[in-house]
Amino acid sequence: MANVLVFAETRGNALRKVALEAVTAARALADASGGGEVHAIVAGPPGVGAAAQQLGAHGADVVYVVEHAGLSSFERESIAATVAERAKQGGYRAVLLGFSTQGRDLGPRLAAKLDAPIASDVTEISVAGDAIVAKHPGYANKVIVTLTLSGSLVVLTVRPGAYTPKEAPHSARTESIQPAVDPSAARVVVKQVVEGAKGRPDLGEAPIIIAGGRGLKAADNFKLVEELADAFGNAAVGATRAVTDDGWRPHSDQIGQTGRQVSPQLYVAVGISGAIQHLAGMRTSKTIVAINKDKDAPIFKVADYGIVGDVLEVVPALTTAVKAARASH
Amino acid sequence: MGAPTVKIAVCIKRTPDSESRFRIASSGIAIDEAGLKFDIDDFAGYAVEAALQINEKGGGGETVIVAVGPDSVQESLRKAMSMGADRAVQLKADSVPADGLAVAKALAAELKDGGYDLILFGKHAFDTSAGVVGTATAELLGLPCVTAVSQLDVANGRGSARRELEGAAELVEFPLPAVVTIDEGVARPRYPSLKGIMAAKKKPLESKPAQLGAVRVTVQKAELPPERPAGRIIGEGAAAVPELVRLLQNEAKVL
Repeated sequence: MANVLVFAETRGNALRKVALEAVTAARALADASGGGEVHAIVAGPPGVGAAAQQLGAHGADVVYVVEHAGLSSFERESIAATVAERAKQGGYRAVLLGFSTQGRDLGPRLAAKLDAPIASDVTEISVAGDAIVAKHPGYANKVIVTLTLSGSLVVLTVRPGAYTPKEAPHSARTESIQPAVDPSAARVVVKQVVEGAKGRPDLGEAPIIIAGGRGLKAADNFKLVEELADAFGNAAVGATRAVTDDGWRPHSDQIGQTGRQVSPQLYVAVGISGAIQHLAGMRTSKTIVAINKDKDAPIFKVADYGIVGDVLEVVPALTTAVKAARASH
Repeated sequence: MGAPTVKIAVCIKRTPDSESRFRIASSGIAIDEAGLKFDIDDFAGYAVEAALQINEKGGGGETVIVAVGPDSVQESLRKAMSMGADRAVQLKADSVPADGLAVAKALAAELKDGGYDLILFGKHAFDTSAGVVGTATAELLGLPCVTAVSQLDVANGRGSARRELEGAAELVEFPLPAVVTIDEGVARPRYPSLKGIMAAKKKPLESKPAQLGAVRVTVQKAELPPERPAGRIIGEGAAAVPELVRLLQNEAKVL
């Protein structure tokens, strides 16, 4: 029997989807380790403790709540110290986090503080005797590596979307703890958080992504992509590197080897030829739709459904059809 | 005297060309390296360029390139020196282990008494795509660390940086010495000039054993991902839209 600790990521006092995915992965790992407990730790400004109930509903037995007015932005040093301190005290088998911008930052800090081996961006976790085994897509998703981690405590960051949050009702006991290091003592100081476009889900969380490429011909035509995303209702908007390099869209929208790597339920590639670097960022999507005027474009090799045609003609027609289909049910 | 000079270490990794078609080696635990082209990893290349620009702007200073790896890594160290770095250190190991913390320990042992104001890394390397080594090195050295920055400025003993978050960006400040891991956007690496290539041949490249310690993360298996089923073109132009909607509703069930 072994307990597992999860860092449950929040933004604006709401749990992020990666937090529930990590709790789900932790529940599975604790169950596979002979039925241990899942403990979650959530940190933020006063009010963040309300997240405990949702964590319990997904399988957490205990939720440690760190409420501090100084934790309204990502205070990496204080949070890493606090999670490491809890991990030391709790005698855990593993610490799990989402492989988000925050988790990527915190995971290696915890590994070093705890002198624990770490595997990043894992898609599957299992137990093999005294070792923990984790699968990780490396080489920009072109090679799947199975890693063995020895050591009594390991750190694992879980790929967003690899685990589907699963309800596993537990009435989590909550316990308030103090930050191990005062957030105001941090050396790295957050001066400002610049919010991006509002009202759309993040690329890492959206079940549907509409992405645009150079085939749209002009920055102004990106509104066709926005309109199609609006028609689906729950879609995020992404772009190729060519488009972000040209300044049609912000750098943070880039999907591909050097940008975001996504695996939504549905990926619609609009005017994207499918350069290998772009495919590296989206080829694990469940269903891929491609609309492109060049029938020989590489994107059609990975598209479940391809339409050869002018995006300026096909996309508005698709937007109208999607709206009609959604209105009828 | 002008602004104080900055001593910068850039830790790089040598990785295969990301556009390669990979095969698995007969060992079953690594890629087959035959025929692959290796170079400084993309993100580490941005870090080298960022360091050179900081020192060019400040005047003086020193840029030292550090890498863990077998002797083949010397080619990448020479390349960084041909771009303009002053000297290089190879921490010799038969291979770079999958245990990022072990690599960080070897680097921290080398860097701790080096008197560096700034230590740069790529945000992650293409091969392991893990992003552990830079941040873990910072922790081992007890230095402030900012990860995945897309803009970096250094002046008067302080740094400021921009980090892209999911759907937002964060502007941070920190004191030096510090560790920063570099995302793209910071600087496009320059190509070495002929003069740079000639000069690099005479620059010092020191080689010493890497103090990796115990390696606790090992590769048990490497495999290629399952192929996606071959693509299917369902039609041409707007006339194909009704069929697409039908498939999205009835087959893919996403609408």
